[in-house]
Amino acid sequence: MILVVAEQQRGKLHRASWEAVAFAQELAGDQPLDGFVLGAGPSDSAGELSQAALSAVHVVDSALLEPYTADAYTEALQKAIGDLKPTHVVFPHTYRTRDFAPKLAARLDRALITDCIGVKGGERPTFLRPVYQGKLIAEVAAEGEHPHCVSVQIGAFRADAAKRGSAAAAVKPLNVSIDAAAIRQKAEDPFQEAKQAVDLSQAERIVAVGRGIKAQEHIALAEKLASALGAQLAASRPICDSGWLPMERQVGSSGQTVAPKLYVALGISGAIQHVVGMKGARTIVAINKDADAPIFEIADFGIVGDLFEIVPAMIAELEKG
Amino acid sequence: MKIAVCIKQVPTREWQPRIDDGKRGVREQDASFEMNEPDAYALEEALRLREKHGGEVVVCTAGPARASQVLREALARGADRAIHVEHERLSSITTDPFVVAGALADAVRDEKFDLVLTGLQSDDQGAAQTGVILAERLALPHATIVMEVQVQPSDVRVKRELEGGWFQWVQMPLPALLTIQSGINQLRYATLKGIMAAKKKEIRKVSPTSLTAAHATVVSLDIPRKTKQTQLISGAPAEAANTLIKKLRDEARVIG
Repeated sequence: MILVVAEQQRGKLHRASWEAVAFAQELAGDQPLDGFVLGAGPSDSAGELSQAALSAVHVVDSALLEPYTADAYTEALQKAIGDLKPTHVVFPHTYRTRDFAPKLAARLDRALITDCIGVKGGERPTFLRPVYQGKLIAEVAAEGEHPHCVSVQIGAFRADAAKRGSAAAAVKPLNVSIDAAAIRQKAEDPFQEAKQAVDLSQAERIVAVGRGIKAQEHIALAEKLASALGAQLAASRPICDSGWLPMERQVGSSGQTVAPKLYVALGISGAIQHVVGMKGARTIVAINKDADAPIFEIADFGIVGDLFEIVPAMIAELEKG
Repeated sequence: MKIAVCIKQVPTREWQPRIDDGKRGVREQDASFEMNEPDAYALEEALRLREKHGGEVVVCTAGPARASQVLREALARGADRAIHVEHERLSSITTDPFVVAGALADAVRDEKFDLVLTGLQSDDQGAAQTGVILAERLALPHATIVMEVQVQPSDVRVKRELEGGWFQWVQMPLPALLTIQSGINQLRYATLKGIMAAKKKEIRKVSPTSLTAAHATVVSLDIPRKTKQTQLISGAPAEAANTLIKKLRDEARVIG
């Protein structure tokens, strides 16, 4: 049996949970596939998950699982996996999974293959994952005894590709005891730093800058292109980390998710943390001096060259009208 | 307080890896190496905590002989001493996180650090596992993707980054392990004085006789397949810009 662990927060499934289901269905083939939800009163999420083509949905309901802590999750999952004995455990590769799954794998002393973008099924499945900032794809096999744990990169599978069942899967409560005294982290409520002044998700056009812009004084050049295109200015994480643009203009897993008509990536290599935030754009233009940059894999139009020559030429062209 | 910072030597970002003849590894001989970027932020955070609370910063790496370069650099930036777990099989390119975490755990366990910091993931393999596995091996509470650290007398309160611009404060007793997110602070670079001082600082070598078994192996490496048909536009800058703008107007119809 293969087990897919959905992520939920206060009764709502994380959107990546359905993507993990789609991946797990591909991995499972003809083998039984069960779902799993944990939390404090997660029955609404379990109900939502039971719509998927799954053999059953197991639910661990404990007040100690809210708010989330790595210690409580690790203990609950360790015990549930001990009871259910799956061959593989699939997670969405969310920030939460990144927090507890390696600890769980270490406690079980079993393989964990993170950030997978594909699977080759069969007797001994292998998993595809990006390495070297997405410049190469590694096909990886888990070693040692089952269960093998796998996490699925956000956006690598389509949520609507997850097969729905003809009838709801049976929801089965699972009793596991969690030792309150063993939970060392005390988590406070999540918060947003400031109301985001810039809502990039509504922008029709975006010009985004990455490391290739090289210096803060060159941001003005990108700004000029943005204004000529009628676009909003955005950036990849390193630019905001350096303080060259405010954090609220960051696109990517830790920033905003955007889907404009036009996305112009200037000097952005296309690291996955950025790509997950913008690959929904209808038309993607990449300008980068590195022909091997992964951004070209998702670009509709690409220019391999020096952005400091090409961008002024684009501005001149746009100003001609 | 006594702080360990685990750092990894990785190929530079600009390096274009080429797959070797066996199709399972890369041609490491044409790579140049640097300190993994999130680890540099972890080091900076440790140096700032030492400035505030006093104590000692010890940098640790698990890697082959060449990895001592990043330890020297960390010492030049201000770390007090270093531990190098040296083994040729601990190449940044082939090793899985269980092997690295196992080697680091054995080397730092007896030092009884108050705080262990690592970067949240490596720029080469990107598994984002080593720090958390290390926490479990050292029986420490942990938090990942940390953007602020407040050390209190017997515990630590950290701001974790969540997805989509959300954050959360988490408190846990010391000793603890934290994985640090890039951008938590502004990095300092080594001064000439620092580089000179680093030459006198200790790098303790640990040579494990055996390593933890790997939990995953690379079957093959490949270049990514394109998901889109990209129209590559060539020509001199003015000509390429002209073609691109035309295509955006007439083909893609995304500008007026």
